[in-house]
Amino acid sequence: MNYIDNILFAILLFLGVGFFVRNINKLTRNIKLGKQADRSDNPGSRWKNMAMIALGQSKMVKRPIAGILHIIVYVGFIIINIEVIEIIIDGLFGTHRVLHFLGGFYNFLIGSFEILALLVLVSVCVFWIRRMIIRIPRFWNKEMKGFPKNDALYILYFEMVLMSLFLIMNATDVPFQQADSGNPISQFLVPFFENFHSSTLYYIERSAWWLHITGILIFLNYLYYSKHLHILLAFPNTYFANLNPKGQLTNLEAVTNEVKMMMDPSADPFAAPPEGSEDEMPEKFGASDVTDLNWVQLMNAYTCTECGRCTSSCPANITGKELSPRAIMMKTRDRLEEVGENINKNGEFKDDGKQLLNDYITAEEIWACTSCNACVEECPVNIDPLSIIIDLRRYLVMEQSAASQELNMMMTNIENNGAPWQYNQMDRLNWKDE
Amino acid sequence: MNVPTMAEMMAQGKQPEVLFWVGCAGSFDDRAKKITKAFVKILNKANVEFAVLGTEESCSGDPAKRAGNEFLFQMQAMTNIEILNAYEIKKIVTACPHCFNTIKNEYPQLGGKYEVVHHTELLKSLLDDGRLSIEGGKFKGKKITFHDPCYLGRANDIYEAPRELIKKLDVELVEMKRCKTNGLCCGAGGAQMFKEPEKGDKDINVERTEDAIAVTPNIIATGCPFCNTMMTDGVKATNKEEEIEVLDIAELIANADDL
Repeated sequence: MNYIDNILFAILLFLGVGFFVRNINKLTRNIKLGKQADRSDNPGSRWKNMAMIALGQSKMVKRPIAGILHIIVYVGFIIINIEVIEIIIDGLFGTHRVLHFLGGFYNFLIGSFEILALLVLVSVCVFWIRRMIIRIPRFWNKEMKGFPKNDALYILYFEMVLMSLFLIMNATDVPFQQADSGNPISQFLVPFFENFHSSTLYYIERSAWWLHITGILIFLNYLYYSKHLHILLAFPNTYFANLNPKGQLTNLEAVTNEVKMMMDPSADPFAAPPEGSEDEMPEKFGASDVTDLNWVQLMNAYTCTECGRCTSSCPANITGKELSPRAIMMKTRDRLEEVGENINKNGEFKDDGKQLLNDYITAEEIWACTSCNACVEECPVNIDPLSIIIDLRRYLVMEQSAASQELNMMMTNIENNGAPWQYNQMDRLNWKDE
Repeated sequence: MNVPTMAEMMAQGKQPEVLFWVGCAGSFDDRAKKITKAFVKILNKANVEFAVLGTEESCSGDPAKRAGNEFLFQMQAMTNIEILNAYEIKKIVTACPHCFNTIKNEYPQLGGKYEVVHHTELLKSLLDDGRLSIEGGKFKGKKITFHDPCYLGRANDIYEAPRELIKKLDVELVEMKRCKTNGLCCGAGGAQMFKEPEKGDKDINVERTEDAIAVTPNIIATGCPFCNTMMTDGVKATNKEEEIEVLDIAELIANADDL
């Protein structure tokens, strides 16, 4: 018996899974570069969110056409991948269709895979048409040039090829076709191969089989570099998403302590800092780089699949401003990747003279935000671009005093007379007698 | 118009049913003051024992926080909380969704825990309890569309209270294409009210006003003084001020009754 195939397969599987594990480690390391954020509360609602939003796709169907097509691809992806179990066993042990002993149930399974494969193929083609022929505007914003645009297309091509290979593999499997059960789709491909010699058919079947599993392993490893990472991260992302009302911004504890001290009449402004705190870096207010963001915000960035629903509903973007919530997430991910690579190269982060603010996200973008939460509401996987925008604003205002003159005036007024406009606080009740 | 202050109430040894948090716009902005007065008239009519802080009220801190100035926000918040707690306030109503959101969601962590309701919610409960009756009056048969304030709608999931009040006016409530969770911002939130917009090809309030114009209403109803300003400006910018009026829900109810 010839073991070369099995050994080749084992090596291929080992490499594929090995690289994938390595990528996952890199991913978790990078996410952990973020600051602490406690999301351990309310496991009940968190599981529910994950079940409804990630597993149940409840927010996807708010846009019904894309939503339903996506559900088909998603269900197809999960269910057809059951087939991978058989492929791995066959590959490692040199068997052929090892699960065949399941009989009628096996045929039912393969039959459903075939139907799903066709549906996925059709859906993916419609996706391609929406992107490239209909040119739905949210796929053509300016952040969607270069790799982001190609990334989306590669994924579609990958899925087209994988589904076709699966169907071709079944169509050219002569004994499988002769049994004529569980082949509701592939039987219609058989005529295309009618005049082929049986050995040619065998090689086509084998090639399709090998390409199919190789394709799956390549795709698995492409995830880390791609927006397609959402197929994994959608689950933790919806689980750990913010549960508070959307209008509630985070409270900065560090500020609370200082404000309490300022307002405490018995506090001694000249008191020496407590023993041992001299070496501590004072906490930075707000965020200027990815490592100032919390881990949930960083996971958000990796989860974003660049669908652009946020940007298409953003009032600033709709009216031609620079801000695009999707670009905020993409830029955060790009910078995080850069920081990660820097650490890989140097062992620890070496200052590269760059940061998220200004080098990636400009002040013009973040000042255009109305904090209306349309982007947060739209995101099918509960990403929160607004929280990043607010953290960047906090850095600009509290660390750099870099607010615009108008905003500075508004804040000065609040400080001086308790209103954003310059009115005397003693006139607050004048309306009563006017 | 009867508008007692907390200080006066306290002097009489009384505790009001609810504190009316007027807000800066409601206190100083000429347009928003009309909303404040309309709301007070309704409270008076429904015999609600309320009080205001008057000169003891100060900015909730919302625009400072959204502009990134957490220091200023927390100083405002803590000063306000000290006063509210000193008066042992339990329930607060406000006609400003920004104050509403901030006091409801952002004060608790700083020691200010109150039951906070938007004025449309309070009016709705007065209606449900039979303390207030609403009739169409002069608005009967008019076509009204409601613009969802972001800080009421998406921020706090309140969509129905204002709509149910409008429906009581015997009017035709029409929805804009972008409404409720999909509602488009008027452009004022996140401290934008106090600055010029960044450069772009259109003003957000015009974009939003066009949403409203598309459903040809007689009145655009809002529940936020900032939205009111933005939509009023939008109506002017699109030369529709002859055809479309912008009114707060409190004004609709008060005016319907000729209060």
